[in-house]
Amino acid sequence: MGCARAHRRAALGRVTMPLDVNWAVKWLTLCAQAMAEHRVELIELDRAIGDSDHGENMDRGFQAVLAKLGESTPETPGAALKMTAMTLMSKVGGAAGPLYGTAFLRAATALGDAAEIDAPALAAALAAARDGIVARGKAESGDKTMVDAWTPAVDAARAAADGGSTNVLGVLVAAAEAAEAGAVSTDPMVARKGRASYLGERSAGHRDPGAVSSALILRAAVGAAA
Amino acid sequence: MTVSIVVVSHSEKIADGAVELAAQMAPDVVILAAGGTDDGRIGTSLEKVLAALEQGGASGTGTTGMGATGTVVLTDLGSAVMTAESALEFLENPAGVLLADAPLVEGLVAAAVAAQGGADVHAVRKAAEAARGAAAAQPGPGGADSGMESVSSAAPDCTGDFELVNQAGMHARPAAKVAGGLASLDAEVTINGVDGASMTGLMTLGAGKGTVLHVEAWGPDAERAVEYVGGLVEAGFGEP
Repeated sequence: MGCARAHRRAALGRVTMPLDVNWAVKWLTLCAQAMAEHRVELIELDRAIGDSDHGENMDRGFQAVLAKLGESTPETPGAALKMTAMTLMSKVGGAAGPLYGTAFLRAATALGDAAEIDAPALAAALAAARDGIVARGKAESGDKTMVDAWTPAVDAARAAADGGSTNVLGVLVAAAEAAEAGAVSTDPMVARKGRASYLGERSAGHRDPGAVSSALILRAAVGAAA
Repeated sequence: MTVSIVVVSHSEKIADGAVELAAQMAPDVVILAAGGTDDGRIGTSLEKVLAALEQGGASGTGTTGMGATGTVVLTDLGSAVMTAESALEFLENPAGVLLADAPLVEGLVAAAVAAQGGADVHAVRKAAEAARGAAAAQPGPGGADSGMESVSSAAPDCTGDFELVNQAGMHARPAAKVAGGLASLDAEVTINGVDGASMTGLMTLGAGKGTVLHVEAWGPDAERAVEYVGGLVEAGFGEP
């Protein structure tokens, strides 16, 4: 009886892909797909309060990541994320390049050489990514930036991991949902960082494109693990 | 080997042009441009910045924070700063690389002249950043003083008065020479009230031929600083 239950749980657990290098590669591939699919949406969002290049920049950046993945297969999730960091910083061009590049770089550093990521390591890597974005962009919560997607995501991931969840998929889902809600929360905000801040009060009523692309990236991480 | 300088700009043309301008005043300094994205668009590229830093001797082995060498990085707008900071995160040995918070053109010229004069990496950055101080502390219509109150409240350790004898007076090249040399000395210097280590500050004096420069200096190198300025002025900066 006990055996059967344990067996059943193990079987369920296998529904979730382990967060290994294959997951990382799939995640990045899904990121590229998402950026291509949402390219026009991001351009439109950025046209309202920025310089309308975010969709194009993110699409170009992740297409370059795809090309790199085609050239060589990384050995660990950390290596995959470090390659992504380097590529985004070199190909994106706008502020999103160094911001996302730093996020992926800090996450890669947090993960080290680990072959597989468990729930606490995942929460820590997301926090490191967010801290990198904050350090690089000097934005705070409420400034109408990607931080408004990342900080709720980090908090939700940590809560899920601290709650004893050993299910990495649960942590990823919590992060993605919080990031999506966080992106929506930027709608009424008045921008205080980046080009949107030049618009002042007129930036209210628009969703921040960086927060939206952040949510897309974290949603892709769920897709890669499911 | 002198300190090298890397210019990070969103525009390849701005970076190249700024380097061309500064190189005229500092022919022996390695000044490298990292402008635009690697496919020639407006933006900044980590790869370009890293390549320039490596070419400038900033990464790999050999250059440490010993002061003998090093690299100062100047940037233009927001994400150029972020890209430069990111590059430092990627470098194995960023100790000898300093980011200067300075206006690109004025800061670059001041830094290049300081490097040409043999200043170490910290002094080169200081020279660049002094250009920003001058721009921010330009006396406005209200006649606000520059940010030198901290030293000017005490009597200077050394002073001197020198009359400009060259035809063109204190134009860009002499200002760069004065500021560049002073940046490498351990002294706070004012010339007719502006920061002597600031090229742009000196240029705002609009001092023509016949103007007397009143030099006040504080600190261990005060006497050397006054002698340095006096020597240049009296020689007409080597100009007619």
